[in-house]
Amino acid sequence: MKLVTAVIKPHQLDAVKEALHTLGVAGLTVSEVQGYGRQKGHTEVYRGAEYTVEFLPKIRVEVLTDEIDVEKIVDAVVGAARTGKIGDGKVWVTGVEEVVRVRTGERGLDAL
Amino acid sequence: MLRGAGREENNPRGGSVPELDSGATAWILTSAALVLLMTPGLALFYGGMTRSKSVLNMMMMSFGAIGLVSLLWVFYGYSIAFGEDVGGITGDLSAAGLRGMLESGTEGGIPDLLFAGFQLMFAVITVALISGAIADRAKFGPWLLFAGLWATLVYFPVAHWVWGGGWIFELGVLDFAGGTAVHINAGAAALALALVLGRRVGWPKDKFKPHNLPMVLLGAGLLWFGWFGFNAGSALAANGTAAVSFINTQVATAAAVLGWLLVEKIRDGKPTTLGAASGAIAGLVAITPACAFLEPLGAIALGVIAGVVCALAVGLKYRLKYDDSLDVVAVHMVGGIIGSLLIGFLAIEVLAGEGNNGLLYGGGIALLGKQALGSVAVLAYSFVVAYLIGFAIEKTIGFRASADAEVDGIDNAEHAESAYEFSTTGGGGGGAFAAAGIAASATPKETTEPVSEKVAG
Repeated sequence: MKLVTAVIKPHQLDAVKEALHTLGVAGLTVSEVQGYGRQKGHTEVYRGAEYTVEFLPKIRVEVLTDEIDVEKIVDAVVGAARTGKIGDGKVWVTGVEEVVRVRTGERGLDAL
Repeated sequence: MLRGAGREENNPRGGSVPELDSGATAWILTSAALVLLMTPGLALFYGGMTRSKSVLNMMMMSFGAIGLVSLLWVFYGYSIAFGEDVGGITGDLSAAGLRGMLESGTEGGIPDLLFAGFQLMFAVITVALISGAIADRAKFGPWLLFAGLWATLVYFPVAHWVWGGGWIFELGVLDFAGGTAVHINAGAAALALALVLGRRVGWPKDKFKPHNLPMVLLGAGLLWFGWFGFNAGSALAANGTAAVSFINTQVATAAAVLGWLLVEKIRDGKPTTLGAASGAIAGLVAITPACAFLEPLGAIALGVIAGVVCALAVGLKYRLKYDDSLDVVAVHMVGGIIGSLLIGFLAIEVLAGEGNNGLLYGGGIALLGKQALGSVAVLAYSFVVAYLIGFAIEKTIGFRASADAEVDGIDNAEHAESAYEFSTTGGGGGGAFAAAGIAASATPKETTEPVSEKVAG
């Protein structure tokens, strides 16, 4: 099993959700996060005093999936989240040892 | 506001107890209410500029001033300011408790008690103005103690000097609605307190971004609105002087907004919301002493100068390393000085009285000299006494909050409250990161590259 984690621009969330839905992904977890990559941040000025806002608002999307579907999911997220501008985000895949469905106690692939 | 010696002039009927002028009375009643509204407006203006964890303490300093100073005014404040003159320095206590005023007569057509009420609002906001210099780090109880002592030892006597027939008044210094008595006075005290309390933890390197700019604009808007009562109400009648003051207040403020934005556009690359609000206040402050003495074009010139100079004066605190949190010195002290001095250049005799033409209208330097003397005297007196009171409080009961309380948030430490509840796990609303977290993680920058290059794509 794999965990696909994507950090994307907030306004691309709907497109990513739609793309995953089309693929038949049953569920996903979304959280508001902050961070920066190459885009660094931006500067704000208050009565002449400058502040660099380093951390920008991002959305983290997490999807637990079967190994077979990983590539399709990654492609779908990347395709939907891309605007071509700096700051589009990143997607990475990590291995998952065990998954348990809380309601039933099912484990492994059954729990996905 | 020339209650002290302008009695006969204000009273066309010539008697000491003229009939009530219902038009004037209605306008001053309204004006008094408008001036009161300025203090909650100030609370919003100041509150929006603080961090979200100290907004309540900021606003409480204004509301505390309303509560305390209103009562002191009745007890003895009015009497010290406007009672019978004692040696040009203070009023006597003949009107303490406002006793005997209930059935007393009218002067200039308005009830004496209404004049006392109108003036009460000035005392309240003058004290509240000071609090902006000590945002984020002043304890509330000691603030109230300071407010009471400063009002007693500084504001009440200075109001007497300037308006109540005291020595500055007798000298012929012109201060229509409070350039010296209110703004230089409060600004100098603010500077003193900023020095006594010292810099905030992390200042100037850390982040002290305003947490709510719409609130700042709302507060500035209420101040602007209330200021018509402040300035036009100071005519103490519904007459031509009130009309001149009203128009000049509007156009000087408008010009100051543009002046401040121009400085920002040139210096920082972008005209900002905070700059517009600040420019408005700077213009209102500067036109205050002068509003009844200038023609509208003079008021516009005064406004532009105030906007530009006050915007530049904000930078002083970074150079001189005093942490005047919300720029009370740059806006009120500097703005007040600009307004008071420009009377010496821009006043016209028709409005300001015989022999009071400014330099630009063919008058001599005497008026400017008097204005400067009045400004310096009030500035020095207020600074010294405020410093002594603040120092005494700091050394005894402690004025400044502990570093821990300051970092955690003065609201919680002093009032056991927090202004906003964002936590999704604590029963409040959502959006914690978007509302609070981003600001909290910002770090200031030392360099001054153009803004546009750093805006992320």
